Amino acid sequence: MTFPAKEQGLSLVNMGLPSFADSAREQGAELVHLDWKPAAGGHRDLLDILDKIARQGEVHSPLQARIEAANQEAYKRLCAAGSVLVDARPAREVIPDLDEDTILHAGPPITWDRMCGPVRGAIAGALIYEGKAKNYDEAAKLAASGAIRFSPCHHHRTVGPMAGVVSPSMWVWVLRNPVHGNEAYCTLNEGLGKVLRFGAYDAEVMERLRWMEKELAPSLAAALHRSETGINIKAIIAQALQMGDELHNRNVAGTSLLLRELVPLLLEAELSAATIKKVFDFISGNNHFFLNLSMPTAKLAADTILGLADSTVMCAMARNGTDIGIRVAGLGQRWFTAPAGMPKGLYFGGFSEADANHDLGDSTICETAGIGGAAMAAAPAIVKFTGGTAELAMTITRDMGRVSMGPHRDYQIPQLDFEGAPVGVDIRKVVELDSPPYINTGIAHKEPGIGQVGAGLLRAPMSLFYEALRAFGQFEKEK
Amino acid sequence: MLLRTSIIEGRYLDSVLLMSLAAQLKSRDGVADASAMMGTDANKAVLRETKMLDALGEAAGPSDLIVAIMVEDEALAAEVFATLPALLEPPKQARGTSTAELAARTLDEAKQRLPEASLVVISIPGVFVKHEALRALDLGLHPFIFSDNVSVEDEIELKTIGRERGLLVMGPDCGTSILNGMAIGFANVVSRGAVGIVGASGTGIQELSCLLDHAGVGVHQAIGVGGRDLSQRVGGLSMRQGIALLAADPKVSVLALVSKPPHPEVARQVLLEAKACGKPVMVCFLGGDPKIAQELGLHFAPRLDFAAQICTALVRGEPVPTQPDSLSSEYLEKASELAHKMPSGRKLIRALYSGGTLCDEAIQVADKLGLEGVRSNLASEGPHALSEPGKSEGNCFLDLGDDYFTRGRPHPMIDFASRRERIAVEAAQPDCAVILLDVVLGYGSHADPAGELVAAISALPEGGPVLVASITGTHADPQNYGQQRARLQAAGVHVLPNNASAAAFATAIVKELLA
Repeated sequence: MTFPAKEQGLSLVNMGLPSFADSAREQGAELVHLDWKPAAGGHRDLLDILDKIARQGEVHSPLQARIEAANQEAYKRLCAAGSVLVDARPAREVIPDLDEDTILHAGPPITWDRMCGPVRGAIAGALIYEGKAKNYDEAAKLAASGAIRFSPCHHHRTVGPMAGVVSPSMWVWVLRNPVHGNEAYCTLNEGLGKVLRFGAYDAEVMERLRWMEKELAPSLAAALHRSETGINIKAIIAQALQMGDELHNRNVAGTSLLLRELVPLLLEAELSAATIKKVFDFISGNNHFFLNLSMPTAKLAADTILGLADSTVMCAMARNGTDIGIRVAGLGQRWFTAPAGMPKGLYFGGFSEADANHDLGDSTICETAGIGGAAMAAAPAIVKFTGGTAELAMTITRDMGRVSMGPHRDYQIPQLDFEGAPVGVDIRKVVELDSPPYINTGIAHKEPGIGQVGAGLLRAPMSLFYEALRAFGQFEKEK
Repeated sequence: MLLRTSIIEGRYLDSVLLMSLAAQLKSRDGVADASAMMGTDANKAVLRETKMLDALGEAAGPSDLIVAIMVEDEALAAEVFATLPALLEPPKQARGTSTAELAARTLDEAKQRLPEASLVVISIPGVFVKHEALRALDLGLHPFIFSDNVSVEDEIELKTIGRERGLLVMGPDCGTSILNGMAIGFANVVSRGAVGIVGASGTGIQELSCLLDHAGVGVHQAIGVGGRDLSQRVGGLSMRQGIALLAADPKVSVLALVSKPPHPEVARQVLLEAKACGKPVMVCFLGGDPKIAQELGLHFAPRLDFAAQICTALVRGEPVPTQPDSLSSEYLEKASELAHKMPSGRKLIRALYSGGTLCDEAIQVADKLGLEGVRSNLASEGPHALSEPGKSEGNCFLDLGDDYFTRGRPHPMIDFASRRERIAVEAAQPDCAVILLDVVLGYGSHADPAGELVAAISALPEGGPVLVASITGTHADPQNYGQQRARLQAAGVHVLPNNASAAAFATAIVKELLA
C-alpha cells in the first residue's frame, strides 16, 4: 500500500464543501475542487446500474472488462470506417427491403396518426411524386388507409435529413465503407427553403424532384462511373473540418470540395454543356448539398457497431419530428424514445419559434459519429444560431468530449490544436454527467407544405439515456 | 407598415451572421419584420415569398447584401439603416484562444488534471457517496468521507473493496485526519512526531493530537475511520487497516487508538492486531472497560488527557503513569475561592459543548468525582437521561452538535449562534453556578471562536455564573491557541489546559458549594 504517497504534503481532490478546499489550499496542498453535482441526475437506480457497469479504466469485474473491451472496439471501428461515394442509383435498385408500397422516413418508427406536419407533407409529396396520389388530401387518405408501409430510413442502411422521406423512384447516393464492407444510402439534397424534406410538396417541389431524377442524378451517376476509385468522402470531411464546417449545419467547404472532385468527372462524362451548367449551378447554389454525403458517411461508421455485444456506445440518434430516438450498440435494433425537443435558433424573416416544428431528421447521425455538434469547435460561425460565442463552440465540443470514448483519429479540429473531434458517445458517461449530446439542426415549419424556417441548437433529452441505461442494466441482469 | 430595403453592394457575409443581424433589427421597436440575405436567386425567392422583396431588392445581384425591413415610418427606416454599418463591423474584441480548461466535474477528470492526487475529500449528500467513493477506489484514491447518512451496507462494501485494493476508506462520518502533516476536515496543525493515531472519534483525535502537541510530542499521522467503524457489523475494517499502516511505518514509535467503547468482539480483534504490531500501544476507549486491553498487556486510558500522558511517557521512554493526573492544588484552591464568592443559590453546572466526545469525557470526569444529578442529551436512557434538550436539568451536560440543535443550522463548531443563545439562557438561571465550554480550533472550525464567545459573555450581567473552558487547539492553528486563550481570559473565562481538567475544575467548584 502506498499511503501516504509522499512524505510531506498531499495532492488531493475535494468534492463538496468548498471550505475544505480552502483549508487544504492554505496548507499548501495541490488540489482540484470538483464542480460537483449528483451523478445520473440523482436517480438511485441509475447510480446502482452505473456502479455495476460504469467503472471505466481500471476494471474490476468480468462484466466491466467486457463492456470496456466492446467500447474500445466500437471506438476503433467508428474511427476506422471509411466512406467512398461510388454511385447514384434509384432507391428501389439499391435500398434493401424497399418495395413499391414502402416509404422511408427519418427517426424512430412512427405511425401516420402521430406524424408531424412536415413529415406528413413530405410523405404526401412522395406519394404525389410516385403517382399514387394527385394532391395532399388524396395522399393523406392513402397514407392513413394502411396501404403504405412506413419504415425508418435507419432500418434500411439509409439516412435522411429532416423528414428524411425516401420513395422508390428517388435517386440515392451509394456510399461504401472499404474498411468494413458495408454500404449506406441517402437522397440528393434538394436545396434550402421550400423543399420536400421540410414538408413542402407543391408543383415547384415536384418539378425539382423530377429534374433531379431525370437529369441531376443520372448525370452525377455518369460522372461517378468515370471514376475508378469513387470520391473519398471521408477525406473531404476531414478537410472541411479544417475549413470551418462541422458537416451538419454548415457544409459550405464540403460542398465546394465535392464540386472540385465532381467537375472533371462531369466533363469527362459526355454530357451536354447545358446539363453540366445546370448540375454545377444546382450544387454550387446549395451550401448544404454535401450534408447528404456527410450523413451517410456517419451512417457507414455507426452501422459498424450496431449490435456489437456489450457495448454501451450510442449507434444512432434520430428524430421524426414527434419523437427522438437513440440506439445503443450492445442493445441492437431497439429504439429508446422521448418527445422531440424544440431547437433554440434563428429564424428567416417572417417566421418565429411559434412556426417551428419539433426537432426533426436523421442528421443527428453526425453527432453519433464525431461530426456536427461534436465538432462544433471547428465551426464557431454556427453558434451564432443561438447568439453564442466562439468560446461556446469550444465548450460544446469539450462537453461532447466528456461523454465520448475519445478523439476521432481522422477528424481533427484546428481550434483544438488538431485534436480529434470526440466520437463514440458512451451512454454511461452521458448518464453519469447528466450531459446529453448537443444537436445542430435546421428548423422546419410545423405545417406541411411550407419548408425550412430557421436553424438552431438543442440537446437530446436525458430520459433517452436513462431508459437505455436501465435497459442495459436489465439486459445484463438477464444474461 | 412600409417595406424598406437597403442594398450593400459587394459585401459577402455568412448567412448565419446575416440571420443574427436580421434578428437584431427585428428586436427594435417599430420594426415588424427584418431580413438580411445575399441577393442570390434562391434567397430572392424566399424574400418574395415572405413579401420582403421590393424593386430595389429585385435588382440586387448575388454578391449584394439585401437588408429589408418592415417599419412603421420612413424616419425609423432611415434610423435603422443608419445603424447598419456599425452592426456589420466585425467585433472589435479579438476572439482569443480560449483554451481554458472546463472545471473538473468528475473524479476521472480531476485525476487527469492532478495525476499525483492520492486522496479525495468527500462532503456531499450521503446518498451519493457510494457511487463517488467506488470511483475513487477505482482511481486509486483514498477516500476521506466526511458525509454522514451513508448506509452501513455501503460502508462495509466500500471498506471491503478498499482493503482489497490497499486503499484506506476514512469514514463515512469521518471528521478528522492529519495526513502527512496536513489537517483534513476538522483538524489541528500539530507538530509531527512519533505518535501514530487511529481514531473513530473526530474530536477525540483533535483533543489527543493537540495535547500531544502541547506536551512537545508530535503526531506522525492521525487516521480517522468514522464513528461506526468499530461497530459489530463494520468490525473495525478501517481501524485494523490503519493499525497495519502505522505498524509498518518506521517513523511511528507509539500507536494510539481512540474510540468510544467498541463492540467487545471488535475490540478484541482490533487490539489483538494492534498488539501484534510490536510497538507500544495506547488504547483510549472513552469511558470503556480496560479489561480486554489490560489482558493483552496494552496501555489503557478511559480519558483523552490520560491518553496523552501515556503516549508522552511511551515516546520519551519514561515510566507510564497508572492514573490520570488529578487537578493540581493550585486549581483546587482557585475552585474553592470561586465557590466562596458565588452568589447564593447558584449551585449547578451547565455545560455547553460543541464536541460530543468532549462532552462525554466531561460527564465521565464529573461522575468519577462523584457529582450527582448529572443529566445529558447524550444519554438516551438511564439515570443521566434528559427529558428535553431545550431545557436544562440538574448538572446538565449538553452536546449542541446533537441533531436536535443542528437541524437547519450549521454545526456549533462553525456557527456559534446556538451556544451564544444558550449561554445567555443558562446564565439567567438563578441556580447556574458554572458554565462549562469547549472551544475547538483548527481547520474546519469557526475563524474566531473566542470572539463569538466573548461577545456572548460580555453581554451577561454582573453576579452571574463562573465561566470555565478548555481549548482544543495549537499555537500553529489558524486561530492561534495563545491569542484565543488570552482573549477568553481577558473576558474572565477560566481556561484549563484540557477538557478533562476543565470538567474537574467545574465539578470542584460546585462540590465546594455543596460542602
